[in-house]
Amino acid sequence: MALLEARKISKQFGGLTAVREFDLDIEKGTIASLIGPNGAGKTTFFNMVSGFYKPTSGRMLLDGKEIGGLRPSHATALGLGRTFQNIRLFSNMTALENVLVGMNCRLKSAWYGALLRMPSVVHEEAKARERGRELLAYVGLGAKGEVLAKNLAYGLQRRLEIARALATNPKLMLLDEPTAGMNPQETVDAMALIKRVRDELGITILLIEHDMKVVMSISEYITVLDYGAKIAEGTPEQVRADPKVIEAYLGKGVSAGIRRAKQKVAAETESEENGTA
Amino acid sequence: MAQLWHSLTGPWRALPVRQRKILTWAFWIFLLLIFPFVDKMFKWGIVNDVTDVLVLVILALGLNIVVGYAGLLDLGYAAFFAIGAYTTGILTWPGHPLQWNFWIVIWGAVIAAAFFGIIIGTPTLRLRGDYLAIVTLAFGEIVPVVIRNLGDLSIGIGPWHLLTNFNLTNGVQGLNPVGRPSLFGFRFSFDPTPWYYLILLIAGLIIVASARLQNSRLGRAWMALREDETAAACMGVDPVRTKLSAFAIGASFSGFSGAFYAAKLQAIFPELFKFNLSVMILCMVILGGMGNIKGVVIGGMLLQLFDRVILTQTTVLARYVGQTLHIAPLERIDLSLWRWFFFGLAMVVIMVLRPEGLFPSAARRAELHATEEETPQTAESE
Repeated sequence: MALLEARKISKQFGGLTAVREFDLDIEKGTIASLIGPNGAGKTTFFNMVSGFYKPTSGRMLLDGKEIGGLRPSHATALGLGRTFQNIRLFSNMTALENVLVGMNCRLKSAWYGALLRMPSVVHEEAKARERGRELLAYVGLGAKGEVLAKNLAYGLQRRLEIARALATNPKLMLLDEPTAGMNPQETVDAMALIKRVRDELGITILLIEHDMKVVMSISEYITVLDYGAKIAEGTPEQVRADPKVIEAYLGKGVSAGIRRAKQKVAAETESEENGTA
Repeated sequence: MAQLWHSLTGPWRALPVRQRKILTWAFWIFLLLIFPFVDKMFKWGIVNDVTDVLVLVILALGLNIVVGYAGLLDLGYAAFFAIGAYTTGILTWPGHPLQWNFWIVIWGAVIAAAFFGIIIGTPTLRLRGDYLAIVTLAFGEIVPVVIRNLGDLSIGIGPWHLLTNFNLTNGVQGLNPVGRPSLFGFRFSFDPTPWYYLILLIAGLIIVASARLQNSRLGRAWMALREDETAAACMGVDPVRTKLSAFAIGASFSGFSGAFYAAKLQAIFPELFKFNLSVMILCMVILGGMGNIKGVVIGGMLLQLFDRVILTQTTVLARYVGQTLHIAPLERIDLSLWRWFFFGLAMVVIMVLRPEGLFPSAARRAELHATEEETPQTAESE
């Protein structure tokens, strides 16, 4: 059984169908990608999985439990962590506090326990802080625990978002454009981190990404959306070769056009070489 | 000069951070404890005023939970204060048959205020910022009006009457007297000194409670909601429950201090709980620094000092100057009539120059001095 199963998921905003009868299976332990041109419905799908939108129709199961239409906090409790396309950290809280908020649904202490400083609460709090520091160290923010999130460098903010999502103890992590706006070095580091999260922590990853280099090198399985419908899926090689995908990204007739253009360029360089000779 | 200062404070700075902290606290607590004796010695006669200021500081700490931690702008906070005070009044006023023991009544006041906190919180859950402010503003206006009109309460359908012309709140005249508490045979009465110590103790408890809440799971959830509700929900924070708890706990702090305020004044009127009071408390919170206990306490005290001492003394001074220089408008000036002008001006200046408040929180200060304060991290980990 797949970890995430989406069955005929549709989402309509008034007359606009953002996602249409979309099926998706994410196997446990894979790094999967969801790609497609702008406005294809990728983020809409993410928002349905994480509980911000209720699907108009269809079913969605996480580890066998229905999560379609659950509130975000419930979806998180069931094992769904996510990051955001435009970073959404708690900017006036420290890095460690950000991670501790992520643990919110895994902690049990109630307000009266905190008021009375009950031993169980003190113990839990100490353990949570220790775990928070571990997570920060894991993503490479070990020395930045007391720094306000807004004062971290851009790449580090992205890492903190991942640490915060890890703190919710997820089974499936949704990463919405994890390398957007990063320089090449930061991108390489981020990809290494994502791989480590999967390899060492065994967390399944589903990501949206525009950077094709990232997508092709990191994903084991790719699903392509266009106008809200799935047009292709498979391994990176399969997807790369699929004429429908090329068409969706570059326009109708482009795959044929590319072939012709290549021939033309080859012919021109040949004639130029002849000319100089 | 700088060197002299440096050598004088050397031994102090040589102490570990923790000891310095304890000594500073001990110093302030000592000052607060001997204050009534100093007051008596110098015949200032301001213990009663200081106690009133402490009540307002407690209120500001409660509002700090709602506005500072959870980021929910509440312009009707005095309503919960009124509810706490009137619950106490109704349950102890000799005009009613109840006259419960004060120490039980406090908890009734707390529960009533928390209940109304949830009542006002539930319909406003989806509102943010300005809209929430408008609803709470209206609530703050409604409560004193309702209290004024509950002096003649009739409940009934058709010929069947549950209550007829029942006097619950005694209308505009207010409830007088309100039962005074006694503790181990000691009766709190008109002498302000016992009240001072009682309210001081409560202020201390509220400060500890605020600090503990701030560093708890719930406190972090409040702040996360304030920073980004969407992201907080995705991290497993339930926005509904968390917001309601902020309203309920903030309101219960207010109800708690309302109970003591009623007992201390021994008489309460609807006029005491007008919009002005809500604004005053909000100013206290903003001046010192939202979400920061020390800032709220010191900022609140500064504002009160300004209101009660500096304005009146400056008036005296200005009149004196006016009389000696024969400037007619200065001779009759009363600066305390201008207090709201000065408050407003102070708020504008704060918002423009120092939006984080006069005493920004430790996290922000640590941020500014990141290199110096790297080491004492372990001592501050609690």
